[in-house]
Amino acid sequence: MTMNTPLIQFQNVSKRFGDKVVLDNVDLSIYPGEVTSLVGMSGSGKSVTLKLIIGLLKPDKGDILFNGKPVREMNSRERKEMKLLVNFMFQNNALFDSMNVFDNIALPLSEKGRVSREEIKTRVADKVELLDLQDTMEKYPSQISGGMQKRVALARALVNDPQVVLFDEPTTGLDPTRKNSVLSMITHNQKDFGFTAVLVSHDVPDVFYISNRVAIIEEGKIIYQGAPEELEQSEHELVHEFINSQSSLENEVMGLENPRGLDTTYRYAANNGELGNRFVAVLYTVQNFSRIQEIVGILMAHNIIATLSRILNNHISGESIILGRCSDDRILCILSESDMDRAKNMVSNISEDLQSQDFLRQSKYIKKCMDFSITAGIVEGSPDHSLYDLIEKAGNQEKELVRLRCGDQQE
Amino acid sequence: MKVLQELGGMFVFFLQGVALVFSFPLQLRKFLEQIYFIGVKSVFVILLVGLFAGMVLGLQGYYTLVKFGSEGVLGGVVALSIIRELGPVLTAIMVIGRAGSAMAAEIGIMRITEQIDALYTMAINPVRYLFSPRIVAALVCFPLLTALFDVIGIIGGYLTGVVLLGINSGIYMSRLENLVGLTDVMGGFYKSIAFGIVVVTICCYQGFYVHTRKEGFGAKGVSLATTSAVVMSSVLVLITDYVLTSFLL
Repeated sequence: MTMNTPLIQFQNVSKRFGDKVVLDNVDLSIYPGEVTSLVGMSGSGKSVTLKLIIGLLKPDKGDILFNGKPVREMNSRERKEMKLLVNFMFQNNALFDSMNVFDNIALPLSEKGRVSREEIKTRVADKVELLDLQDTMEKYPSQISGGMQKRVALARALVNDPQVVLFDEPTTGLDPTRKNSVLSMITHNQKDFGFTAVLVSHDVPDVFYISNRVAIIEEGKIIYQGAPEELEQSEHELVHEFINSQSSLENEVMGLENPRGLDTTYRYAANNGELGNRFVAVLYTVQNFSRIQEIVGILMAHNIIATLSRILNNHISGESIILGRCSDDRILCILSESDMDRAKNMVSNISEDLQSQDFLRQSKYIKKCMDFSITAGIVEGSPDHSLYDLIEKAGNQEKELVRLRCGDQQE
Repeated sequence: MKVLQELGGMFVFFLQGVALVFSFPLQLRKFLEQIYFIGVKSVFVILLVGLFAGMVLGLQGYYTLVKFGSEGVLGGVVALSIIRELGPVLTAIMVIGRAGSAMAAEIGIMRITEQIDALYTMAINPVRYLFSPRIVAALVCFPLLTALFDVIGIIGGYLTGVVLLGINSGIYMSRLENLVGLTDVMGGFYKSIAFGIVVVTICCYQGFYVHTRKEGFGAKGVSLATTSAVVMSSVLVLITDYVLTSFLL
């Protein structure tokens, strides 16, 4: 089998529970030796996909191929052999609570009867050492921490050296530190053992960093599958929502449009005459923004953007406007039915409000400080301008509104 | 219709479990664990219930028989009642309460916490793993526990009849020997084997299919499954008892 031949392939697979269609004509390819992540909202059919692969569920329609052979055409011996090659790590670990850690990990071997006791001990010890579980062998699952339980579940999934390991939301319910260690554990073990991994996760974008392929499932359909770096090229709105889910939340909290949403809203308003023949666009930029994130911190950077956004919202209430974030450090405000004088007046008021903000006081920065300024560029626009043109022109007109100088305190 | 479907499901489950007993590797360790759980751990309660059941029978029997001047047959009456009926039935009821409910709850919890699915994903047949050792252990333990119940029940009758109420010891034992035949003893054992099959099949089945219950999921589902297991197996033990008695008499 070459790397271009899928190890597992879904061909027009459909699955329904009662009236609810969970998977609808899904085509999915999983390639050997790769990490494939299934991403999607809750209830979109990700776990069902894994359960179809392992055989816990059967498709209503379509075929699942393993090594090119449809599973439904396999006889019971072939199915059993297939099952021995595939292991499953459950979302809630599904450890046997009445068995100690050793017996849990050894179970897939001890129940087969083909492996000697000595070999079972050796193979369990290998995995235990690798996953740093030496002190837990005699303990029961309820006596160890959640992170350790995950590692025990992973050790059990790897103990018989499977070809494929299916991970159902392995990081759900873990704190960020443990989440990172579980994801890194999966990726390191995948590299060490070379198994094919299929991962269901909500940890976007973290999961993209460890995946060779990503499939995004939405309402039972696969709306995207391919390499994570190709994701950004996709035109699908939902794909972008997933990629930028973290900044999406930030923007939503601040009442700002996302970059793509801003473009869509602008185009719609321009095409439908909602902006009139002439309008004014004001571009606000937090200069040195990425350095603030890097040196002072992400939360301080967020605080600056959030405060700017709040002040903008206060000043433009009642106006017919489009307000959105065109990049991390820039907010664009389009004021329909407005003229330059009114816009300049508004910017001047905003500047006054900004002067009194805490983040411009040097005393606010106890240990690390970074010079920055907030600038504004005002341009007149017409519906035939693209959003890109407006941003570029406004960027050329930028003037400083406020500035923080750190002096000796600067890093 | 639903009852027939349920009974059919249990029968298929039982057949699967029995067929898988003979698949390799044999599950000797799990079989011994179940012998311990169903059998050894039930000994004390069986001794206690058997003793007092025999004593009560002795007491009731004596005051009834003495009216007819037949108190001499007390040994036979106590022994026959216990060996034919009370021994197998009360043993089964006791095991249902002590081990059957625990089986239903344990397997039910394994189902709702995906442990049974985990077995399946490891290519381990869950029916073979969970049910087969229990059914074999039940087939061994139920007759042995019944035998223990019978012996201790007869001793209980002896205590009230001979030690407490003064019946001649020789008469008690000779009447017992005259009235009780091997067919009576074997009949009791046949019943206990049938009860073992009924109890363990129902209790394991109720736990195993807890997720298919419409009226409750999760912990509530397990509690309902446990209740159903106890009630259903108790009722079916009595129904089976009637059917078997009518054939054995």
